[in-house]
Amino acid sequence: MNLDGRRITLVLMMCVIALIYTIRLFYLQVINTDLKDEASAIAEEEVQVAPPRGILYDRNGKVLVSNQTVYDLMCVPRSVKPFDTTAFCNLLKISPDELREVFRKAKVRGETRLRQVVVEQILPEEFAGINEQLYKYEGFFSRAYTLRVYPQRTGALYLGDVGKISPGEFKKQDEQHYYSKLDLIGKSGIEKAYEKELRGVKGIDYQFKDNVGNRHEHKGDKVDVPAIPGTNLICSIDADLQKYGEELMINKRGCVVAIEPNTGEILALVSAPTYDPNLLVGRIRGHNFNVMVNDPQKPLFNRATQAEYRPGSIFKLAQALTALSLGAITAETRITCNRSIIGCHGSHSYDDLEMAIVHSCNPYFRGVMQRVVEAGEDKQSRFRDARIGLGKWQGYIKRFGFGTDLKTDIPGVRTGNVPGVDFYDRWYGKDQWAFSTIYSLSIGEGEMLVTPLQMANMAAIIANRGWYVAPHTVKQIGIGGRPREEYLVRYDLGIDSAYYTTVINAMEKVMQPGGTGARAALKDIVICGKTGTVQNSGGKEDHAVFICFAPKENPQIAIAVYTENAGFGGTWSAPVATLLIEKYINDSIANSSKAREKAILDANFLKR
Amino acid sequence: MNTQRKNPLVSVDWITVLIYMALVIFGYMNIYSAALVEEHPAIYDFSQEYGKQFWFIVVSLFVAFTLLYMDADFFSRFSYVIYGIVIFLLAIVLIPGIGKSQGGNQAWIALGSIRLQPAEFAKIGVALVLAKYISSTKAKFNDWKTRLIAAAIIGLPGLLILMQPDVGSLLTFIAFTFVLYREGLSGNVLFIGLGSIVVAVASIFSGYNNINYPFFGEHSGVFLTIIILFIIGVVLLFMVRSFVVPRNRKSLYIIVSLAMAGSIAFSYSIDYIIDGVLEPHQKSRIYVTLGLEQKQEEEEAPVENTAPNQIQLKKPDDPGYNARMAKIAVANGGFIGQGYMQGPMTSNKYVPERWTDFIFSVVSEEWGFVGSFFVLILFLALIIRVINISERQRSQFSRIYGYGVASIFMIHFIINIGMVIGLAPIIGIPLPFMSYGGSSLVGFTIMLFILLRLDSERLSIFK
Repeated sequence: MNLDGRRITLVLMMCVIALIYTIRLFYLQVINTDLKDEASAIAEEEVQVAPPRGILYDRNGKVLVSNQTVYDLMCVPRSVKPFDTTAFCNLLKISPDELREVFRKAKVRGETRLRQVVVEQILPEEFAGINEQLYKYEGFFSRAYTLRVYPQRTGALYLGDVGKISPGEFKKQDEQHYYSKLDLIGKSGIEKAYEKELRGVKGIDYQFKDNVGNRHEHKGDKVDVPAIPGTNLICSIDADLQKYGEELMINKRGCVVAIEPNTGEILALVSAPTYDPNLLVGRIRGHNFNVMVNDPQKPLFNRATQAEYRPGSIFKLAQALTALSLGAITAETRITCNRSIIGCHGSHSYDDLEMAIVHSCNPYFRGVMQRVVEAGEDKQSRFRDARIGLGKWQGYIKRFGFGTDLKTDIPGVRTGNVPGVDFYDRWYGKDQWAFSTIYSLSIGEGEMLVTPLQMANMAAIIANRGWYVAPHTVKQIGIGGRPREEYLVRYDLGIDSAYYTTVINAMEKVMQPGGTGARAALKDIVICGKTGTVQNSGGKEDHAVFICFAPKENPQIAIAVYTENAGFGGTWSAPVATLLIEKYINDSIANSSKAREKAILDANFLKR
Repeated sequence: MNTQRKNPLVSVDWITVLIYMALVIFGYMNIYSAALVEEHPAIYDFSQEYGKQFWFIVVSLFVAFTLLYMDADFFSRFSYVIYGIVIFLLAIVLIPGIGKSQGGNQAWIALGSIRLQPAEFAKIGVALVLAKYISSTKAKFNDWKTRLIAAAIIGLPGLLILMQPDVGSLLTFIAFTFVLYREGLSGNVLFIGLGSIVVAVASIFSGYNNINYPFFGEHSGVFLTIIILFIIGVVLLFMVRSFVVPRNRKSLYIIVSLAMAGSIAFSYSIDYIIDGVLEPHQKSRIYVTLGLEQKQEEEEAPVENTAPNQIQLKKPDDPGYNARMAKIAVANGGFIGQGYMQGPMTSNKYVPERWTDFIFSVVSEEWGFVGSFFVLILFLALIIRVINISERQRSQFSRIYGYGVASIFMIHFIINIGMVIGLAPIIGIPLPFMSYGGSSLVGFTIMLFILLRLDSERLSIFK
């Protein structure tokens, strides 16, 4: 038998198999691409790189909010190898029980293969020591991220805070889908309003992930996309003014709003009692947040924008301008101070408009309101007449920004309430109410509700003699940038600027001897102000209110101060405002004002 | 005699030695890549796989060198002794306490920290004795006695290996049918053998799941195989009728009918044995071997919940995880590869057994089609070279032994690379010279260098 052919058979067989394998390899490696995508899906991870959030500066360039890197110590319980627990706990400064708790919880939740946080938010100086030792403990690793830090320790509610995105916010996000479930998002204040500017653009860091989930440096050809840091913002506030405002409001409930009249920039936004924003960052946040939420003084409630108060006597300024505009009165109109229907104070009997403002004459403004509401448009029915008159009145009052959204950039502002025809129809029924039912509106009482921000805005309107820019918190988006477009627009009230002269002169006199705010006056700065003392149901002390602007010519600052349960506006709110004016315009508090400052600092109305 | 005795380092077949060195070094490079841990211990660090492999290579080179200086007659003369030692080792590895278990196979003998896998050396003994027996004057291949003795020489160690049970190593013994074929065994044997493997594998695969047949409802999938075999048979019968001259038809009818009936019966009985006779764990082991099921003790991949677009890998629920990961790794190599030590699938530990049985997936991912093709060519060259060396031997013993070596390389090459690229079931056998493992490297080295020693002596043997 000739067997030589069999060698050829075997060699050929081998060649055919090698050829089949070559074709198969060529198909798998060169032609087919599906499996390559699968390889990427399995072994690669696009790790999102969070950009540093934009830094916030005050109007003078002081850093209000910046970022600080902190570290979480994590572990995957499954991959932890036995280790020296005592040394480890000493290193982390935690008790063995706390450590055990982490593992117990992971086990209970069936998450022993997922990353667990062992210690949160370790500061860099502390972490350096831990990191040196970490290699000894297999399965433990760290993750770095940034927290907000507030070097000026001021403006907590104004600046707002940042927190983990909620399921609701996560769902609501736009189609670009910027956020992942673990991302941080601005929750309030500027952080929320300017979230899109502050958050920056995420980068992508391509990493390899091994079969137990550990990440490694990517060595492939995919180029990482660097993160673009968030835009820095120049805020409207003056950090020193804000701090001084907060200091003056210590031991008080209430708020201060200061606005630069010709720009609408908010110079200070104090809600008292307040807190150091650093208290709500990092590991201490949980504890402090609980304390604050349960604090009866509600430090987390932004009284400046969310509290709706009855404005009281300061409202007479808007009333005067409305009545003048409607032609119901002139500056010369005199009305008897008839105290039988509505109370008054001080010795006066038959004031003209200017003096009625100075004396804050209640019967005068009741009379003014009567002329506005009972204008005689419908002679048959005082009910129908009141409907027409109140409708006109409401239209004018709303021009001051009362009862409307001021289009500010502060999230969650309230609109207050300017009751109109609908309101009283609902309240009393149609044709069931007339001027006699609603006259307490005339002096800013009754159903009238205003936020302190709106009060300050009114002061700015008067300072500007008839227009305002919506109050806002950010002066420049990007260093040297512009504010949002809407904050370059002036809203004109359509009230003749001549009418303001009477009102402004009256406000000037308020601060002169004999006026209700005289004790708070400054020697070198002409302040125009108006006090208010808002009655309080339930027998509690009255709320002290004061609005003003200064100087009279070329006003630089308009302020509203509302101090709850403090008493007389001229005594407790006016000095706060004038001290702030002094601080803002003169940059220091003169010795002559020290006694006033001390009296305010010593006052404590929290128990009331 | 002395005048004809050449220095083995001069007369040795250097082409083969170079191919051998290329495979060993390239294999070592890929083992290093696959087994490297982050601390980067030294390349000779014995605590690391690549460190051990380094020493295995040193030992192999020493053994190769020694073999070249040994007396060429030794292997022929002592072949039965060597066979006896191998059988002895295969027997004692089965004794509990002496043999160590790993991955369900009791296949190792531990000598201190060194573990010996006798099955890797058994092939040498079989190849030597088979050569010795067939080259002896007693052997006549058309004689049933000769066939039975040859079968027994292969079957005895095969049986012992089956008892470990190491089905993978056992399958490599099929290689010796190539030797027998070369030495005169009818080609039909080869054909029947190959056919029965195909039928058996097809039966096991199809029988793994039940199929809902039209009109008959749900039954074992093996009936699909049976139906296909029947159709093939019928088609063949018609072909015989159409294309074969009448005088040959009758015998072909009988042959085809018998083959059809035989293969159907074989297919059904395979299914019956697996479902009815085998214990569940034995059944499972067969499925695991064929890549249908995953070994339960393997570590699971963690399920991450942070990245929504990640494909979640749950090994135990995912039959053929190894095969799939290996295939993905191969595909991920592309034309020029991901670069040395940069294979995402292999360096991130997704491919199991990546430095042993799946070393080729590392080559493919990191060196791409170019590197994979290089390895294919090296093996093709090695095998053809070994066949050519065998053919040029003047002694029948040397030639038969050489075919044994070539056949063993062939079967390892076909099964191992086929498994990695998804053309063969998962059968855990190493890729010669490249896979990590001392027993396998030293075993293959001995096998090859015995042949090279015989070859370098081929002129003087004819003295």
